[in-house]
Amino acid sequence: MPKVTVDGIEIEVPQGATVLQAAELAGKEIPRFCYHERLSIAGNCRMCLVEVKPGPPKPQASCALPAAEGQEIRTDSEMVKKAREGVMEFLLINHPLDCPICDQGGECDLQDQAMAYGKGGSRYEENKRAVTEKYMGPIVKTSMTRCIHCTRCVRFAEEVAGVEEIGAIGRGEGMEITSYLEGAVHSELSGNVVDLCPVGALTSKPYAFEARPWELTKTLGIDVMDAVGTNIRIDSRGREVLRALPRVNDDVNEEWATDKTRHAIDGLMKRRLDKPYVRKNGKLEEASWNEAFQAIADVKAGSSVAAIAGDLVDCETMYAAKKLLKSMKSEMLEGRQTGLSYDVSNLAAVNFNTTIAGIEDADVILLVSTNPRWEASLVNTRIRKAVRQGHAKAFGIGPEADQTYPVEWLGDDMGLLAKLPKAAADALKDAERPAIILGGGALSIEGAHGAALKLADKYKLVRDGWNGFNVLHIGASRTGGLMLGYAHDGGIKAIAETKPKLLFALGADEMDYGLFKDSFKVFIGHHGDAGAHAADVILPGAAYTEKDGTYVNLEGRVQRSNKAIFAPGDAREDWSILRALSDVLGKTLPFDSFEELRVKMAKDHPELGTEGLVTFDWAPPKDLPGAPKGQGVHPIKDFYLTNCIARASGTMQRCSAELLHADDEMMEAAE
Amino acid sequence: MAEAPNIPDEIETRAKWGDFAFTPDNEKLAKWQIAKYPAGRQKSAVMALLDLAQRQVGADTKTQGWLPVPVIEYVAAYLDMSYMRAYEVATFYTMYNLAPVGRYHVQVCGTTPCMLRGSDDVMAACKNKGMAKGKSTPDGLFTLTEVECMGNCSNAPMVQINDDNYEDLDYDIMTRILEDLAAGKEIPVGSQIGRKTSEAEGGPTNLHAMVEENHDYRGEW
Repeated sequence: MPKVTVDGIEIEVPQGATVLQAAELAGKEIPRFCYHERLSIAGNCRMCLVEVKPGPPKPQASCALPAAEGQEIRTDSEMVKKAREGVMEFLLINHPLDCPICDQGGECDLQDQAMAYGKGGSRYEENKRAVTEKYMGPIVKTSMTRCIHCTRCVRFAEEVAGVEEIGAIGRGEGMEITSYLEGAVHSELSGNVVDLCPVGALTSKPYAFEARPWELTKTLGIDVMDAVGTNIRIDSRGREVLRALPRVNDDVNEEWATDKTRHAIDGLMKRRLDKPYVRKNGKLEEASWNEAFQAIADVKAGSSVAAIAGDLVDCETMYAAKKLLKSMKSEMLEGRQTGLSYDVSNLAAVNFNTTIAGIEDADVILLVSTNPRWEASLVNTRIRKAVRQGHAKAFGIGPEADQTYPVEWLGDDMGLLAKLPKAAADALKDAERPAIILGGGALSIEGAHGAALKLADKYKLVRDGWNGFNVLHIGASRTGGLMLGYAHDGGIKAIAETKPKLLFALGADEMDYGLFKDSFKVFIGHHGDAGAHAADVILPGAAYTEKDGTYVNLEGRVQRSNKAIFAPGDAREDWSILRALSDVLGKTLPFDSFEELRVKMAKDHPELGTEGLVTFDWAPPKDLPGAPKGQGVHPIKDFYLTNCIARASGTMQRCSAELLHADDEMMEAAE
Repeated sequence: MAEAPNIPDEIETRAKWGDFAFTPDNEKLAKWQIAKYPAGRQKSAVMALLDLAQRQVGADTKTQGWLPVPVIEYVAAYLDMSYMRAYEVATFYTMYNLAPVGRYHVQVCGTTPCMLRGSDDVMAACKNKGMAKGKSTPDGLFTLTEVECMGNCSNAPMVQINDDNYEDLDYDIMTRILEDLAAGKEIPVGSQIGRKTSEAEGGPTNLHAMVEENHDYRGEW
């Protein structure tokens, strides 16, 4: 623990800290462009120069200088001021003065730091350098003349995204940042370079020229595109969400977000259900709320009613629906839309127990029929981190898929789970913190869950202070749904067999409505997708940005999302629809406001009442069948089009067409 | 800065060089280069291998050689590194040509010492032979590039043609060299006015006693 003085303040800093970190600990701001806490140190922008004694009598780059015992650091001396002014003047030599038309304006590091640390003038009289714009794909818009060569994007692509497709070509004045041969960057995390870019060189293409940061209302939300529960900030103006940006949460998403999280939001403006509809003579026709409710009441379903929750719904909606069904004396609740029917007697056995941050500590990771890169991209970056740091080894059973880190694929026969090849078995045996990750695809295979639990038992995946048994869900509502009891014995098939008269589909768009041919289907959701198509009555609900909600992510972390905008047209928040409907059905729900609902829910399910990680007791079922057969499957066929919002999004469709189906003829014709 | 090379048409280049592979001789050399580095650090050999590949392309095309994109990709794959990283190296160093060059790659130094000693004349000689900066002559014989200091300032002005240096030039000597090369004649490398390496022109101007034998000046100070 070296002791250093920063501007006269004596502090103790952790071993291995840099001078920059020491200064930050002392509360001093150090301007920087290339340095980023989550990337390797480059030391090439020189903005973080400080004066350090003992040392050479010149300013030193604090980001790359280790703090050492007895150092005397000055961030406020004349030398430092002059050095910063000099660096800023050099950086601005080739930087265009186009801030008024630059999308970064208002949230630009260069702009801010030029104001704070620059000199206010330039002595440069030559022509500025101009760089041709580069193509980086459907997400990232480039304006490379503005680039100051901090190389954050290059390091992000290599270190975090694992896609070495961005680089710096040429040298000196001719140096240019570009993607390989100016092609699209094939990463599901490419949008993060926009946030990383300290200037306006890389900006968001879908958001180009949409708004200035100061006109936006910022709301803290939770993303529902996957089960990670990425913490986001929803930036809205009026009744439109303009962008979604990640918030820092070291336990969940660090400070990254997937391209789907960021850019599916344009789907919120398209294909929206903004009026109730009732099917008359086989055709859906606009109706009033009362007509729609009456049509439902006319079914006179009695207790023959079921509710299927989709992947995007919040706990409150599910709770309200559960209450309604309970008042109708039915317990047919199901959230596993695609027909899965795994055992849920112990939620720890279907949870991501190592936690998202914890998977970084694993030393052997066995992926079972999963493609984490698509199913939970930000869990995959954690696994990549573990593998990259050299202490973890990844094995895989199931169809091979590029994970951006080396995975030893053992084969595509699920039987391997019961009888591991020697290499993997030995590795698991010798591991200190072994982990297994069971994908959503694995749960669909008879016996895989049981075999995985047996394997967990055999290799002691659960030991002191470590639970290495993980199930990777892909639906944002899944863990919350399971906690609320949205899991029926035998799954959706068993419910279908009882032929319910009335079916509530809560934003369920991935399920097979063919199973419920004779049921009266009520779709409560926000997008005109598969669910609305099959419905007899459509009640327009609110999307995740349009309602407060509680979500539980795949590791069991309860998180609250806030309402950013109002739902369009006649659409209402889902809980209030269910409340109003309960009146018409004569089974009035016992809450009149969202707050009351929350209080009731917290009473029935205390773990949902407070934010934070829920710990499930490890008591896995013992007698599950454990002899899986056949090949593994990946439940996600197209990363960019996994839910109704993403499918409605033009940006996601472009990403899908360009990055995943570039070979299709359609694209060639379009070019 | 030398003019930025324009990468030739990608589809055509891929069709032509897509199946590039080292010859058995070069394969041996490549293995030898890789063996210089510890196991797992084979990427360190990228510069040597790119040069090797460029020379092989040169031998194939009877020119000084260049690095078509598929060849860079071949080298990257050979070393198990990403294409981008190899491409960065190839673009960083001017030794690698990213566009085809002629049989003789004439690199005229134009940095201050050479410029003061008459590199403009050398450049003019090249231009009078129909060469233009950054371009190849129509007969495919010469490619002219202006480069920065090559470290031969004492023998300025100088040019590097392929792997050899030609020094102490003026307009006439440069013209002659180009004519001789075009005619396929042998030209001595190094100084063109008979100097030995960088010895003083016209004999020594001091330390005269040292010319014949070692002389101890210390007593004379």
